[in-house]
Amino acid sequence: MVDITVRVNGGTRTGSVEARKTLADFLREDLDLTGTHTGCEHGVCGACTVIVDGRAVRSCLMLAVQAAGSEVTTIEGLAPDGAMSTLQEAMWDSHSFQCGFCTPGFVMQASAFLKAHPEAGEQQIREALSGNICRCTGYQSIIDGVLLAAERNRQG
Amino acid sequence: MKLPSVEYEAPATVAAAVDLLAEHQDEASVLAGGQSLIPLLALRLARPALLIDINGLQELSGVSASNGWVAVGAMTREHVAEDSKTIADSVPLLAAALPLIGHEAIRNRGTIGGSLAHADPAAELPAVARALDAEFVVRGRSGERVIPAAEWFEGYLTTSRRADELLAEVRFPAAAPGTGVAFHEVARRHGDFAIVGLAASLTLSGGTISDARLAFAGISDVPVRASGAEDLLRGEIPSAELFDQAARRATEDIDPPADLHGSSEYRKKVAAALVRRGLQAAAENADERQ
Repeated sequence: MVDITVRVNGGTRTGSVEARKTLADFLREDLDLTGTHTGCEHGVCGACTVIVDGRAVRSCLMLAVQAAGSEVTTIEGLAPDGAMSTLQEAMWDSHSFQCGFCTPGFVMQASAFLKAHPEAGEQQIREALSGNICRCTGYQSIIDGVLLAAERNRQG
Repeated sequence: MKLPSVEYEAPATVAAAVDLLAEHQDEASVLAGGQSLIPLLALRLARPALLIDINGLQELSGVSASNGWVAVGAMTREHVAEDSKTIADSVPLLAAALPLIGHEAIRNRGTIGGSLAHADPAAELPAVARALDAEFVVRGRSGERVIPAAEWFEGYLTTSRRADELLAEVRFPAAAPGTGVAFHEVARRHGDFAIVGLAASLTLSGGTISDARLAFAGISDVPVRASGAEDLLRGEIPSAELFDQAARRATEDIDPPADLHGSSEYRKKVAAALVRRGLQAAAENADERQ
């Protein structure tokens, strides 16, 4: 077992993990942050996307021991005091979800992307979300939600 | 899928990593970005006893240019290479291929050295390395060895790196003035592995082709250079007819694998179309760079 200390959603968290444990399982099982979903568990579906040191990564393709010393943001960290972020609000308004399983991954991916590319248009947003799979919506309402968030961010 | 039990070491220096490889040989796998190795572990396609995590080895990250070559550290993440001005200016073919690798979240972790050491024949970087005659710098206990791309790729997911060697750096030749490039691929979905991919580079001097480089991804167990077509192009003036001939020459000897994504015949047709389109695009941007 390896002892690790990770910054998660602004707080310092510690754990003792087997080397083989993925960051996704560490978040879900050890920290009870079950908002991060595991779908394919081999890097194809994007459901487990979290933000590590400012960049969207697949938490099923990173070991928990590799996150030691890093700053991790999960879906739980986007609305720390219960108030939804602009992105979450815009996706709510655009009916961007159906069953909701893929949602945390889409929201984290879009969140990191909009922060880095506030001027992004529809094509860039489609490209940025191309690694996340949704089996319900047909994607259009997700794109609409992220576009709406980008507009609202720009209007301040 | 959960990963199988595995020991884990995160050496602090390249020398320590090399010592671990020397000690554990085939029993160890080197963990770089993990975007291919972790799925292999999850699927039990790789069962190493030890993971040697080289993410802490800062000396293996970075891009530098000297004497007509651009050296890319093996741990350089793909998103860093994608944003590198040195690569954009001096190795445009690599710059063209990078955005096609996986998806943004994959490129945020994935590394140049990791992809090339994994050596998936359908991936983008092996075709680029093969087209450009890149050089692979590996380190072992007895020192450094430089392996040309033509000798690096030995088979499906197999390279000439020995079990006790660590891939430290990949060197790409800087493009000559008048070089135009294209990386084109056909995939079922953007970001998926290519059904067929093509790395193309053309150098024009005074209106004629002085250098031509073509390498396919996805048509064999290694990336494949189309040397016959390159010879046919050299010394000629770019034209649609010439590119059509090159496409026929490049694909007459290939025997691509068939799978559920496409028959061998289909892959051959796609390969020919990519040669025509790739050469056209490369010729157009060579004009712009002259």
